[in-house]
Amino acid sequence: MAEDFPNSPRKASDYRRWFLKGVVASASIPALILMSAFVGFAGLAREAGITLPQAVFMTGMVWALPAKVVLIGAIISGSSLPAAAFAVALSSVRLTPMVVSLVPEMKTERTRPWVLYLLSHFVAVTSWVLAMEHLRTVPRDMRTVYYGGLGGTLVVTNMIVVTVMYAVAGSLPPVLSAALLMLTPIYFLTSLWGSARESAGHFAMIFGLVLGPLFHVVLPGFDLLAAGVIGGAAAYLVHRMRKGRGAAT
Amino acid sequence: MTFDAFDAWWWPYLFILVGGWLATDAWRFLGVYLGGRLRDDTDALVLVRALATALVAAVIGNLIVFPSGALAAAPLALRLLAAAAGFGAYLLVRKSVVVGILTAEAVLIAGLYAIGFNGG
Repeated sequence: MAEDFPNSPRKASDYRRWFLKGVVASASIPALILMSAFVGFAGLAREAGITLPQAVFMTGMVWALPAKVVLIGAIISGSSLPAAAFAVALSSVRLTPMVVSLVPEMKTERTRPWVLYLLSHFVAVTSWVLAMEHLRTVPRDMRTVYYGGLGGTLVVTNMIVVTVMYAVAGSLPPVLSAALLMLTPIYFLTSLWGSARESAGHFAMIFGLVLGPLFHVVLPGFDLLAAGVIGGAAAYLVHRMRKGRGAAT
Repeated sequence: MTFDAFDAWWWPYLFILVGGWLATDAWRFLGVYLGGRLRDDTDALVLVRALATALVAAVIGNLIVFPSGALAAAPLALRLLAAAAGFGAYLLVRKSVVVGILTAEAVLIAGLYAIGFNGG
């Protein structure tokens, strides 16, 4: 393929074309599911007492939905800023290995570091899955531009989704309003189970589901951290013990 | 230092910046910095993923058992039933997130209509 030549001169129209291809690639089933999750997020943010500008700001600046849901959970349970930041950080460590595996796919000798740091902000589950799927079909020197189009479109689209749904959520009849607030939990209940790579993920989910509400009653303000640390560590230990016994993982 | 501790307009934004943006982008930037120098299947990463999963699951559990707004007025049994039905449908039908969401919502909405739910 002639386009794979790293030294072939690139015209501005090439950049525009691959950026637009990235924009088009964002229109996908995973992106639609993500949008429905952001519909739920908008309702959740409203109920948590977060204003519309704050909810849109959060969408653009944090982007990863699990991190935002943990942040809102911390706000609802009255956590202090350090506790909230610690819980969000704990929920977001998984972004590092995702970026680590994505960067070599996009990097060329001439890629400037700031471009990679900027693009890394778009990394969250959906854009990462789409990028890992499509990047191999993109000429190497066009991959950063392509991912900029793909990731940027997902962020901006969902900022619009949050704006519109936040405005609409206030005038929904009670049944639909309740259904809207059910979207986030059921989205994560299913997608979190599917994204677990080893049995530890499934145990962690079960422990977290039970410990969250339990600690909500016994340890208000620290419920998320306690459930995350104790549930996660217990899941890891169960995983290790099963592995030690030679059971399937 | 909670989200509504200060009356200033900028405080919630600072809270979101430090508690949200810094706490997530720091990990992304670390990923760029490390480049290809990290393996994805080490034991430490299994633990990290387990902690993160349990944390998000804890929020999900709270959102179902102690929800806010209109969902709080729906009976707990119905919320649990809808979540269980959605998850069951998800497992049965090729692990389809869409099927799971639609099933849970259908059960919840049908249940709410059946009991004459009016948000109170």
